[in-house]
Amino acid sequence: MSANGENLVEVRDLTKHFPITQGIVFQRQIGAVKAVDGVSFDVKRGETLGIVGETGCGKSTTARLLVRLLDPTSGTILFEGEDIATRNKDEVKALHREVQMVFQDPYSSLNPRKTVGSIIAEPFAIHGLLKGSGERRKRVQELMDRVGLNPEHYNRYPHEFSGGQRQRIGVARAIALEPKLLVADEPVSALDVSIQAQVLNLLRGLQREMGLTLVFIAHDLSVVRHMCDRVAVMYLGKIVEIAPSDTLYSYPRHPYTGALLAAVPVPNPSGQRRRQRPLLTGDVPSPANPPQACRFHTRCPKAQELCSQEEPLLELKGTRSITACHFPLTESEARERLGPALAGVSSNNSRGEIVADQPSSSSSSST
Amino acid sequence: MTEPLLQVEDLRVKFSTEDGIVHAVDGISYTVNAGQTLGIVGESGSGKSVSSLTMLGLTRNQGADIEGRIMFQGKDLVTLPDDDLRKIRGNEIAMIFQDPLSSLHPFYKVGVQLTEAVHAHRNVSKSAARDRAVELLDLVGIPDPSRRVDQFPHEFSGGMRQRVMIAMALANEPKLLIADEPTTALDVTVQAQILALLDDLQSRLGMAIIIITHDLGVVAEITDQIAVMYAGRIVERAPTSAIFGSPQHPYTWGLLKSIPRLDSPRGEELVPIAGRPPSLIKRPSGCHFHPRCPYVREEHKRIDPGLEPVPDDPTHSVACLLTAELRQRIWRGLSEGETSATLRHLVVEEEQQPATAHAAPRVAEDDPS
Repeated sequence: MSANGENLVEVRDLTKHFPITQGIVFQRQIGAVKAVDGVSFDVKRGETLGIVGETGCGKSTTARLLVRLLDPTSGTILFEGEDIATRNKDEVKALHREVQMVFQDPYSSLNPRKTVGSIIAEPFAIHGLLKGSGERRKRVQELMDRVGLNPEHYNRYPHEFSGGQRQRIGVARAIALEPKLLVADEPVSALDVSIQAQVLNLLRGLQREMGLTLVFIAHDLSVVRHMCDRVAVMYLGKIVEIAPSDTLYSYPRHPYTGALLAAVPVPNPSGQRRRQRPLLTGDVPSPANPPQACRFHTRCPKAQELCSQEEPLLELKGTRSITACHFPLTESEARERLGPALAGVSSNNSRGEIVADQPSSSSSSST
Repeated sequence: MTEPLLQVEDLRVKFSTEDGIVHAVDGISYTVNAGQTLGIVGESGSGKSVSSLTMLGLTRNQGADIEGRIMFQGKDLVTLPDDDLRKIRGNEIAMIFQDPLSSLHPFYKVGVQLTEAVHAHRNVSKSAARDRAVELLDLVGIPDPSRRVDQFPHEFSGGMRQRVMIAMALANEPKLLIADEPTTALDVTVQAQILALLDDLQSRLGMAIIIITHDLGVVAEITDQIAVMYAGRIVERAPTSAIFGSPQHPYTWGLLKSIPRLDSPRGEELVPIAGRPPSLIKRPSGCHFHPRCPYVREEHKRIDPGLEPVPDDPTHSVACLLTAELRQRIWRGLSEGETSATLRHLVVEEEQQPATAHAAPRVAEDDPS
């Protein structure tokens, strides 16, 4: 598989196992947490790829591997055709001019003892760019202005900013070197609801202007749908489904994707959605000892004997979804999981399609 | 009409700090009837948690200055002596906290912690208490309860721990259950399980529930009434269907329009609420929401709106200075995809000709568009 011009990143069979050791002096490995266990996907230039899944499914580990904050156990990551999975420390430093990351927690990801100006200027210092202090300051203030911070607050400390503003600082730092790929790991989950939209709009705006490629990781399926062109669903270290957003959200094929979508609360009290939809029971099994064959078979409502014997491979099901499942959801099963509130809503529909919460019927008729 | 189970009247909670007085809760009133579910929605710092902690007397030792009345079954929980309040807390009113891991003691077996509440309020034998613990774990859907009762919290997953917390709260069959962000720390699939469980328990046990959350999706599914809080006050209160069907307050509009939803067309721009929540020490003058409100007028910066019923609907109250007609037109515009920037002219127009403003929108109401 050679790198073609369309794909910025090609990930093949990527794994990351964290060893579990026993003993204090003579440590021996007694097992491994298979955080990421053979994932393959491409990220096209200029697109936003979403990765969703529950806690412990390996989505953050995948992000950290992409940025090479972690060393992969095996597998390849081709970035612009070059394998970055085996790069050493110096080569990784060079990589960070092209690949940057926005972290989840805007409180712990900024050094409290540094001014905002020096935090945002740090990428320039590390890579020896813009050596003149006036020049560097000017660029930092441009960046602050770009992400919606007041450039005069250059000399303030992180504690003087609110959560949303700190996340803007984190974004400014990440785009300082004009990277090609930005990996955002749960960038809004620590923020207040009214602030989340500000940061999401900022990321979208930056992407449009700078032509960024974005890998967007979140557990909130509504946010991922809003942000992403394509979405990969992970379960216990593996990708179980990958599809364009519209396809995935209107016709999920993997039973796990269906269960995730069925569980999302929708702010629409009419329509007794919740009472009809099948809920997933139990918890995610331990990634140190995942189930054999299909990892979802212990919780899957459609599981049959085959599922515990043979591992399903990611293959094209239907026209656009790539799914790892022996018995993917049929159209009627998918509709049942989405419920009346969600079935049939996609970007093609006009605004008139969501009739359930139009105010005209309930309030304006009374006089 | 029967007396409501809980009646909060003009509750005010203030904390004095080095920086000044924090007006955490600033005159809120609401009622909860037996068997009903009330949702309290707000951002961090809106006073939603403090108001419910105060109900259980949990802010008394924090130097809080509490005014107003909280009537629960004929008793005022604000003035009730500590000893009497202790008889109600965990017995008739129980609470579930946000973080199930830090709410459970890591050194004690789950069963022991579960029966603590039973022992505190009833004189029961050890074996009867244990039987009760097993029964409770079974009630909240934990498989194999007689084995699980002797395990430690670390042996339970996040969702299971939250089930244990719910079981603990239910130990004395409370009449009122307060759930403070019960699902925030959980994954969506587990969240759906917990919400379904709460709903099921309510229909079986007939208790009233107050659910505190920042997630409008959560409250849409299980509440009868919703109160939206902002800067220590209730800015809008209505039956759940009205909050989503015809919201009246610009802050509620902001909340509804700033979250991406699975049931709206993809690619629709989010409309964030500008600015950030105000400091509760130095609150904005006039309407507390005015610095972030796109429909603000000069007078809103001086006049403080009270929570008043919407014309035509006595169950729906809102604290907003815009006229009802204008609010209706703005919300209709917003739900048809217009933005606050394009709707702002409505407010400006009305400001310029206040005399005719009341007559004009009546006509517009009949307009089928």
